[in-house]
Amino acid sequence: MKIMEIKNLHAKIGEKEILKGIDLDMFEGKVHAIMGPNGAGKSTLSKTIVGHPDVEVTEGDIIYKGKSIINMEPEERALEGIFMSFQHPVEIPGVNNAYFLRTALNAKRKHQGLKPLNAAEFLKLLKAKIKELGMKEEMIHRSLNEGFSGGEKKLNEILQMEILEPDFVILDEIDSGLDIDALKKVSEAINNMRDGKRTFMIITHYRKILDYIEPDFVHVLKNGKVLKTGGIEIVDALEKEGYKIFGDA
Amino acid sequence: MGMEKVDKIINSDYDLGFEIDIEEETAPPGLTEDTIKFISAKKNEPEWMLELRLKAFHTWQKMEEPKWAKVTYPPIDYQAISYWAAPKKALESLDEVDPEILKAYEKLGIPLEEQKALAGVAVDAVLDSVSVKTTFVEELNKLGIIFCSISEAIRDYPELVKKYMFSVVPMTDNYFAALNSAVFSDGTFVYIPKGVKCPMELSTYFRINAQNTGQFERTLIIADEGSYVSYNEGCSAPSRDENQLHAAVVELIAHKDAHINYSTIQNWYPGDIEGNGGIYNFVTKRGLCEGENSKITWTQVETGSVITWKYPSCILKGDNSVGEFYSVAITRLAQQADTGTKMIHIGKNTKSLIISKGISAQKGQNSYRGLVKIHESAKGAKNFSECDSLLIGDNCGAHTFPYLESKCASAQVEHEATTSKISEEQLFYLRQRGIGEEDAVSMIVHGFCKDVLNKLPMEFAVEAKALLDLTLEGSVG
Ligand SMILES: Nc1ncnc2c1ncn2[C@@H]1O[C@H](COP(=O)(O)OP(=O)(O)OP(=O)(O)O)[C@@H](O)[C@H]1O
Ligand SMILES: [Mg+2]
Repeated sequence: MKIMEIKNLHAKIGEKEILKGIDLDMFEGKVHAIMGPNGAGKSTLSKTIVGHPDVEVTEGDIIYKGKSIINMEPEERALEGIFMSFQHPVEIPGVNNAYFLRTALNAKRKHQGLKPLNAAEFLKLLKAKIKELGMKEEMIHRSLNEGFSGGEKKLNEILQMEILEPDFVILDEIDSGLDIDALKKVSEAINNMRDGKRTFMIITHYRKILDYIEPDFVHVLKNGKVLKTGGIEIVDALEKEGYKIFGDA
Repeated sequence: MGMEKVDKIINSDYDLGFEIDIEEETAPPGLTEDTIKFISAKKNEPEWMLELRLKAFHTWQKMEEPKWAKVTYPPIDYQAISYWAAPKKALESLDEVDPEILKAYEKLGIPLEEQKALAGVAVDAVLDSVSVKTTFVEELNKLGIIFCSISEAIRDYPELVKKYMFSVVPMTDNYFAALNSAVFSDGTFVYIPKGVKCPMELSTYFRINAQNTGQFERTLIIADEGSYVSYNEGCSAPSRDENQLHAAVVELIAHKDAHINYSTIQNWYPGDIEGNGGIYNFVTKRGLCEGENSKITWTQVETGSVITWKYPSCILKGDNSVGEFYSVAITRLAQQADTGTKMIHIGKNTKSLIISKGISAQKGQNSYRGLVKIHESAKGAKNFSECDSLLIGDNCGAHTFPYLESKCASAQVEHEATTSKISEEQLFYLRQRGIGEEDAVSMIVHGFCKDVLNKLPMEFAVEAKALLDLTLEGSVG
């Protein structure tokens, strides 16, 4: 079943058109890997899906769970189950990481008609997840992303994904900047969350994470368009030849 | 989308700006010797107080209004102001109060009894609160603590008043202090005897009788050797005064080993987006660390007034004494705040700490002005200052004016300043996690002010956070 249909999507940032007619179907329970050269528009595509205010959709549509989402506020899309890990998570000084996460989780629970978790219940959940990920416990008491190393920021994104349990997960270069052990942990975390229903859109430049995760589809995005869709064999070709084999769109 | 919306959120109406129609006995506008005699007579003051007032008045007449602050406003006509309004007649019950006001109080989480007091309901008629007040005063009396209005103190404790009033802020100190000295209407007096730790937060909440004080408040707090007191000034009381000018004076004296904590939440009417209306808040607050090891801590959350001119200061005279200043000032609409502190190091090994957080939105202009002055005698003095500014939107401004005068080579002084904006990226990050835009702004602002909010007494901190939200919240929701 299609969980997301992207149809002839054109989008610009400022005056510059970056997405030039993206057509892409993503399926419930599947893992979609997205690869493409620097500046191809991968992050812009993710931002468009989650409703970043910098991006203006000029043509086309995004259908998620059967509904167009392009006019929805970012927080509504999030509450409907769309999550994006940021390529460069921003630092928010003074905002306690655990407090932030509890607020986010309880916003979601409220949306689902569930009771909010109190501090004690939440802490128990959080500590278990942290241990699983091999994160330092002090991270949850620090300010959100403030002074985190590149890898710690990425782990913190994964932690948020685990707590919020989204239906549609976009991971934008989650593997960049992770050490060998952390990459393994993150891949495990992703695999553990594959339950046949949750969909992943994984943007990466490297094969390593795809070996751990074994995506169902690989899409090549170049110059604002999806040029090729296939399986892991695409990665083999890419590794040999580079992106030039897919022409210039 | 984005910042425009934030702007809308911030552009909320002043929820507490209301008027209550109650009869008042008001002196005709103008300021002459007769006005001062009138005020003094109304208050049944002893002759010596009247003489001091007149002396202050004559000094004031020869002084000029200061112009150095980074604030602009049309000239104030001091002869057009009325300097005396009799205490307002109390309302009979909460039913007479505008429901909008009660809603605002509820949002702030103010207890019912306090709501009544704020709204001008005669609380004396309510048994509960009378007993609360009586047990409270009895308990303080047992410890020898004096907690009363300044008018009562002038009548009942003239020796203490004569000794300490004007000892920290001389009547000639500055234009507004001199004006206050001449016409002050009422205020608070606190005396904590030797070795006594005041067992509760003293706040205006309990000073119900003195609730309807005018715009020229005068506060005097004396902590004798080894004593401790925490005083919370103001609550989220709306301004019911028609006058635009507030010129208060606060004097604190901490003797050897004494510690005074003074917290303020100020949300006078801020005026509108064009700068019309609103309170001019010109306040002189100063504490004297008289004895060794004494400590004075100022904590303030300033969200109101159209013009703020305010520098709670510490004179660190006793050896090893400590002065602290924690401040959050928000300017939005067309508000202008010029606020900060002065730390005057005189004694050996004196320490001061300054944490200032300025938040500007819309057309707000926020200036930090701080002076650290280290005398030759202050061997081993230390100061640390941190001034952070947060900008929301593009039409506001933040300015820092740190001054340092050191005559002592062994002193250590450190100053850090940052200016940041609530960025689109921060807001978006939180919204991507399902947190609504208003909550996201509030979360970022709270985070920014955390170091200061943590310094407030518990209940006060809750109120301050609620007030920040209310200040930044849109009229919707
Ligand atoms: N805010 C912006 N203003 C102007 N141009 C932008 C902005 N954001 C992105 N771009 C441009 O859009 C193009 C696509 O950027 P995008 O970040 O989507 O690429 P990407 O595929 O994610 O690249 P990478 O692999 O390097 O992360 C680039 O040319 C980039 O410079
Ligand atoms: Mg990218």
